[in-house]
Amino acid sequence: MSSENTGGIVDRVRGRLEGPNTLGNSSTFWIGFVVAVAALAAYPQVTDPYTALQTSRYFALAFLAISLCFVWGYCGVLSFGQVAFFGIAAYTFGTIGINFASTAGATAALFGAVTVGTLAAAILGYFMFYGGVRDVYVTIMTLVVALVLNTFMGQTAGSEWAIGTARLGGFNGMTNIPNLTFGIVFQTVGFYYAVLFALVATYLGLRVLLNSAFGMTMVAVREDEERTATFGYNVAFVKLVVFTIGGGLAALGGVFYASWGNYVDPSVFSIAFAALPVVWVSIGGRESLLGAIGATLLIERMRTGLSSGIGPIGPEWALVIVGGLLLGVILFMPAGIAPTLNDLKDGLLERRSGRSPSSTPTEESVE
Amino acid sequence: MSTPQDINARQKPAVAATGSGTSAILATRQLTKNFGGLTAVDDVDFEVNEGEIRCLIGPNGAGKSTLLNLITGQLSASEGEVYFDGTDLTDLDPHERIDTGLSVKFQSPHVYENLSVRRNLQVPLQRTDRDVDRVLAETLDRISLAEQADTPAGDLSHGQQQRLEIGMAITLDPKLMLLDEPVAGMSVDETADVAALIRSLHDDGMAFLVVEHDMEFVREISEQVTVLNQGAVFRQGPIEEIETDEAVRRIYLGAEA
Repeated sequence: MSSENTGGIVDRVRGRLEGPNTLGNSSTFWIGFVVAVAALAAYPQVTDPYTALQTSRYFALAFLAISLCFVWGYCGVLSFGQVAFFGIAAYTFGTIGINFASTAGATAALFGAVTVGTLAAAILGYFMFYGGVRDVYVTIMTLVVALVLNTFMGQTAGSEWAIGTARLGGFNGMTNIPNLTFGIVFQTVGFYYAVLFALVATYLGLRVLLNSAFGMTMVAVREDEERTATFGYNVAFVKLVVFTIGGGLAALGGVFYASWGNYVDPSVFSIAFAALPVVWVSIGGRESLLGAIGATLLIERMRTGLSSGIGPIGPEWALVIVGGLLLGVILFMPAGIAPTLNDLKDGLLERRSGRSPSSTPTEESVE
Repeated sequence: MSTPQDINARQKPAVAATGSGTSAILATRQLTKNFGGLTAVDDVDFEVNEGEIRCLIGPNGAGKSTLLNLITGQLSASEGEVYFDGTDLTDLDPHERIDTGLSVKFQSPHVYENLSVRRNLQVPLQRTDRDVDRVLAETLDRISLAEQADTPAGDLSHGQQQRLEIGMAITLDPKLMLLDEPVAGMSVDETADVAALIRSLHDDGMAFLVVEHDMEFVREISEQVTVLNQGAVFRQGPIEEIETDEAVRRIYLGAEA
């Protein structure tokens, strides 16, 4: 009934990373994962600088996707406002970075921005979850927060709207935001590697968390809040912790985003941008961090491709095509692409080994 | 085994409240719940002793489920207190009450349908400091679901889901289990399985408070019975006494006898 880990450190690390809450628990998966990361690492060397730079922006956006995947896919909290924490962190990073224009200042801006974005999520989460706001009302409330920020930041064009030397800039946005700095300044290819590293580390860290006892609790809350409370779990607190972590991840993405273009404007709080994480995660798979990341990279790559139009198709069609893709996936693969592929793979393996689904051992789940 | 309590003696001073002096593990004192003009639970003093199986019976609308919900904290009391194992539960949140050593199984099956039987059991079990592997194997065995350990709970039969529910509740190793109609909608065989399960847990020292309609089942598991009627305690005593009580038969059993 229990699987003994006799192997060395590799087995122990894998034991922490694997479990029933994440897809991809085989050696084949990890080989594929290493190959994929290596390919992404090699990518800037083989492509043009512009494409590499665009790809690093997709990485920044992928933080939004994994943050939503974490709170929605694993804890059942559908936030339509992850962009709020993303945007708050972006503006905070700019404000601190512009006011303290130095290497140390920009490094402090990174931490300050993530802290402020995380705190914003904690405060909103506290009032929602301890106030008994649930289900679709969480979705509405988070979206409203994003839209209120959108409207508010849009009317900050006047020179009186400045924090220190940082002008908020209204619809034109905040400019001259410093580059990503963590002791040293990361630019172009350096920025690409910094964000890729952060993304991979975050993915692995979330896998450990999701396969821990806390991850199990998250899934239990997603499946049935009332039942989970009857075992003595403080459901409101669990959701608050999850929402706060999700806000922190979105905030980190916001810092990367602001430092990528040295610029942020109120459109990060817009409904079109707020909908994108929901689209990425729905298409990639709510219960697959990697699916959500992959969908973000591919859909954003596609949107960039369409931004100059293809043949008779103008750029204004990009979002329509994304919407059509979303409808198609929801109709034919309600769980999203990655979980559907995983089920297909399991089905094939079972047929090949002639086993019935119920006899498939899930030894890892005992850990 | 406690002595049968006369209905007239129910206004006892709240000695048991502190858990000392008597063997009561659960005690309610003047517990009252009003819903608008309706008093669903009316001034109830009621006890469950350590290690006993007490059944709570009464006609529909007698306030059985409301009383249970007042004990678990799903509802808050209009007046009165609930004491458990020396702790005043009255102002605690539902999840805090569980941590004092209560465990509850509500009426309708409420398993995690998409999760395997094993994971259903792990969710409560991981809150305790018990040896997960050992207790998991033991519990699967006890509720006769070892074969189905990796089956999604939603694929189980109704009887299996009810057993799994009880299994989930007992992984917390509670001092008192609250069961709301544990055999509702079950076949004769399934009912016998649950009765055997409750008796074996009782042999290990676990106390039970069981809300039940099925008198056959009550007879099978129970030592002590409390009859509620119109929100108040109507009779308390051993099952043989309750069953032959004319007044109880009139309000409750008459319809079935």
